[in-house]
This record gives sequence, structure tokens and C-alpha cells, in this order.
Amino acid sequence: MAVFEPEAEGIVFDAEETGGDIVGRSPWALAGRRLVRNKLALAALALFVLIVAVSFAAPLYSNYVADTDPFASNISGTVTLNGKTEPVLQQGGGKLGLGETPIGPTWHSKYFLGADNQGRDVAARVLYGGRASLEIGIGSALLASAIALVFALVAGFFGGWTDAIISRVMDLIWAFPLYLLAISLATVLLTAPNGLKIGFIHLSAGSLWVPLLIIGLVYVPYIYRPIRGQVLSLREKEFVEAGIAQGASNFRLIFNEVLPNVASTVIVLMPLMIATTILTESALSYLSIGVQPPQASWGTIIEDGQSLLYTRPWVAIAPGIMIVLTVLALNVLGDGLRDALDPRSKVRVKG
Amino acid sequence: MLAFIVRRLLWMALVLFAISVLVFLIFFATPGVDPARQMAGRNPSAETIKSIKHEFGLDRSLPVRYGLMMKHMFITRDLISYGSHTRVIPEITSAAPVTLSLVFGAAIIWIVFSILFGVAAAVLRGTVFDPLLMILALIGISIPVFWLGEVVNLITQSRLHDSFLFSWVPPLGYTPLTQDPFMWFKQLIFPWLTLSVLYIGFYARVLRANLIETESEDYIRTARAKGLSERRVLFRHTLRTSMITFVSLFGLDFAVLVGGGALLTEVVFGLPGVGLLTYNSLTALDLPVIMTTVVYAAFFITLASALVDLVYAWLDPRVRLA
Repeated sequence: MAVFEPEAEGIVFDAEETGGDIVGRSPWALAGRRLVRNKLALAALALFVLIVAVSFAAPLYSNYVADTDPFASNISGTVTLNGKTEPVLQQGGGKLGLGETPIGPTWHSKYFLGADNQGRDVAARVLYGGRASLEIGIGSALLASAIALVFALVAGFFGGWTDAIISRVMDLIWAFPLYLLAISLATVLLTAPNGLKIGFIHLSAGSLWVPLLIIGLVYVPYIYRPIRGQVLSLREKEFVEAGIAQGASNFRLIFNEVLPNVASTVIVLMPLMIATTILTESALSYLSIGVQPPQASWGTIIEDGQSLLYTRPWVAIAPGIMIVLTVLALNVLGDGLRDALDPRSKVRVKG
Repeated sequence: MLAFIVRRLLWMALVLFAISVLVFLIFFATPGVDPARQMAGRNPSAETIKSIKHEFGLDRSLPVRYGLMMKHMFITRDLISYGSHTRVIPEITSAAPVTLSLVFGAAIIWIVFSILFGVAAAVLRGTVFDPLLMILALIGISIPVFWLGEVVNLITQSRLHDSFLFSWVPPLGYTPLTQDPFMWFKQLIFPWLTLSVLYIGFYARVLRANLIETESEDYIRTARAKGLSERRVLFRHTLRTSMITFVSLFGLDFAVLVGGGALLTEVVFGLPGVGLLTYNSLTALDLPVIMTTVVYAAFFITLASALVDLVYAWLDPRVRLA
């Protein structure tokens, strides 16, 4: 859940900007200067970039550091620690000394965070899971923004019946509780035996595209609403009128006059949207209707770790910490971007 | 006012219809999917599939199928879970009190603490406490609730369970209020706290922003000018106006939570509410149960949000004209 509030919420920059600072600078340059001055937002950006870089380096980690395949079970494997060879799945350790317990964190390059039920390296899985979570989070946020932007530009610019129909449909999707919609779509897509075929697109149930599309679609109205409102008021502005008077085509008016003016809103929305989609993805995966095995995401690893919670808590805790850090960084960054780009905005997003 | 009521109720009816059609299309008309096989659960017999085909009119036209689905769901209410061979709707009604207990308790906690934190941050603006509280709120909205629940369980059920702090915490589960109120409370206190964290953070941020916005209104200056005490200005004027957004958000969030939003909390704490019922049917891919809980929950939320809007319009005349 993320919220935009007036300048009141964050750090106020306007006071620092005197007339001399502003003269002769473009709005984007000014926004950039404000952002650079906001140390907290910069730190958040750095943290987010770091998490993305580390997650996308997952194959390097599993090949060269952990030296394992994080997707293949390794039930009878062994690991050599300080000259001693130990099994990855240790006998006993459970209640009454029965059952098997995976090895705990070794804090060495192999099994740094221990193993899961199938003897797979948790640290490597968390990195791979992060890659999937980030791909789905960023991809679905981009998808939702792109669809919402197209509809918002068309509806807001043409108004009348076009606007009435598009906006009512968006309101209807908005009225459908988000998790219930996602659950219905996910169950049907996941139970489809041969995956889903729409035209030339073929989706198998195990593909990362399934959660990406579902999450991307359900969030469209949440971005559509604020942007459409803005387009509606921009359409009445003098510079659009001037464009009409000069005989500009609708296409040109939308792309050259209106679009640049809503761009800042979309940019401000982006980090908050990614934070929301990452949380949604993890929730769906935790409910076993998001990312499907053998793929892993932070949500599925937390689910894997639930049965090991009291014996090997790191399996569930590590991916959760990654989610909290990522989402927190994105929320702080979103606040900073809003203050920098749109100091007086009253746009709100709630998800 | 009457025109507003009529308009709002018509919209509600349209939303209810659209939701049921959308659910119908998702479950019965997704291309490449055989609804009978899906409804029948895992390893169905040929007779089961045949009887489902007949009951839902799968060889007939789409409008007839839609009508049959609605009939089974609302009139005869005889949908059967092909996984557990029980009727779906009585199961939902018997699970509802658990969900209500969870959401009511959490709501009380989140109202109290978010007002406390929001007001404290606004009043302490300019001191170190304001950014500190807001960072805490931001952390609160960044934590996935199911993971927080696991951490809470790890601490209270396992790691510190033998210490004096948490030795009183009963095992996970639910005891009805009528059976043992004290046990009911003890088993629900951590789920309540866990569920409310996100909302405390979110509402505290919203309230603080509204308080600061209201602070610059002319009538607040007037109130100060006529010599009211700071406390009176805050509680009688600033806070009351700022609560408008708070109250309208609350109505909807509460409805969403009752209608399935508390799913994750119920799963992680093993509370046998509507959410856990949905979750169990998700893992078994028991479609009749999923379909029914989705429609019932969505209907409940739609009715509740209509009610919230009507109450809101009754309280605030400006809304009626918008």
C-alpha cells in the first residue's frame, strides 16, 4: 500500500530554492537538483540498484561462489566444512529425533544461509527468487502503467462517450476487490492443462508471464484514475488550444502537448507501483498461486520456509528481509521523486 | 439526497452484475479450459464430470450457463465442494465469525494507534520524533503481513516461548468467544497486532498529512485568534476535519478485510476463517469453493462500500452534489 500526500509528508525543498537557483533551468533539471539534494532518497535509490544488481548476478553466485544448482534437489549431498564432511540433510533434529533437518547457515560460501527441505542452497535461491520477484514487480508495473496511460490519454483527451465508457469499465474493475480478482484469474490459468492460448501468444502455467500479466492487469485502474484526471484538465489548457488553433492533429496534441505533462506523474507513480506489485507478487506466491515451481520467488521461498520455521528460520526470514528492504527503498524513493518532481501534487495512489 | 441514493444504488446493482459476469467468464469461459474438469477437482470420475456438465448446463448457451451458476450460488445454494464433498455455503457462514473476530480486534488497535502516531507526528513537527515516526510508518507499510506473522510466530511460539515474556501464548488456533473469552483473546492478540501494523503505518501517514494541510486553513487561524487553547484547536477543529478522509478510508478497508483481505493473516496464524477456507481450496484447486467465496466476498465489499458512501453523503452534504 502506498500513498501520495501533499508536500507536507516529506522534506520541503522549496524553502532552499531562491530565485537565482531557478532562473534559466528546465523543470527536469530543477527536479534533478532537488533529488540529488535529498540524501535519503539517493540512499534508497542506491539500495534498490544494489538489490537489483545482486539479484541479477544470481547465476554468477551459484556458479562461482556457492557452486550448486539452486533448482535441483540435493537430498543425499554432502558439504565439507572446516575439513569435516557433513550431510546436507541431517538425520534427526526434529521432534523425537525423527525426520530430517536441512543444514543450517554455515556462513561460508557453500550453504551460506543453509539448505531447504530438498537440500537446495537457500542463499542462491534467495538471489534467483529476487530476480523473479523484481522481473515480475517491475514488468507488471510497466505493463499496468503503459495500458493505463494509453486509456487515460484517449479517455481524457477525447472526453464525451469515449471517456464515459472507458472510465466506467475502469471503475468496474476497481470495484472488484483486487486480491479476489487476482485469485480468480490465477486459479483458472494455473489449472488450465495446456496453458492459455490467445492468438499467437502461448502461456504455460509455469511461466513467469502468468503472474506478471495478472498483477499488471489488476493494477491498471489504480494508475488510470489519477492520470485521466490530469489529462482532462490539461486538455483545457491554453497551450493545447494554441495547438488546435495551429491545426495540429490529435495525435500530435496528445503526444507533444499532453503526454510530456503527465510524464512526471507516471514517473512519481512508478517506484510506488513497483513496491506494491512486489508485495502483491509475494503474497500470491505465498498463497501458491503466483510463481510456480521449479521457479522461485521471494514469496515461494517464504512459503517453503514456513514448515521449517522453528528449526531453520533463515529459509523464511532471508527472503522477507529482502522484500522489506526493496519495498522500503522504493517507498522512500517514491516520496523523494514526488517531492522533487511534483512538490504540490495531490495525487493519491492506494493499493 | 434521494437522487444520490438512487444513483448510488443503481451503480451498486451494475457493479454486482458486472462482478458476477466477470467471475462467470473467468471460471466458465476462459479459452482452452474445460470448466467441468476444473470444477471436479483432482482425479474426477466420469460420472462427476457428467453431472457437473448437466448441473451447470455446459452444453447450453452462455446466458443459460450464467443463470444456472447464479441459481446454484444464491437460490438453491447447493454448490458442492468436489474435494471434500461438503456444501460450500454453510462452510462459509460457519467460518465468518472467525474472520469478523480477527478484523474487529485489529481495527480497534489500528484506529487507536494510527490516531496516536499521526497526531503525535503532526504536533511534534520540526522535532526529531516526526521523521522518526514517519520512517516507522513507512517500514510498517513495507512489511509483507504473512512474513511478519511468521516472525511473530517464531518469537512467541518457539524462540522466546519459554521465557517469562511469552510463556502465556497459547498454541496457534481459534477458540470461539462464547466458549472461552479469555482464550479467544489470548489466541487473537498477536494476529490482531500483526494485521494492524500495515494499517497503523498507512493511516498515521494519511492523518498526519491531513492534519498539516488543515492546519493552514483560515478557520484554524480564526480559532487561534479568538483565543482558544492549542489543545482545543487541535481536538475540536483540526482533528475533526482531518478525520473525514480517515473515516472514509476506514469503511472500505474494513469491508475489504472482512471480504477476504485478512486471508494472509488467517493462513499464517492458522485461524479457520473465510480466508483460510479460500486458501485451503486454493491449494487443492477446489474451484466451486474459490468461485463462491470470491463472489460472496466481492458482493459483501460492494454492498459495504455503497453503505459507506451513503453514510458519507449523509454526514457531508458536499458529496451528494459531486
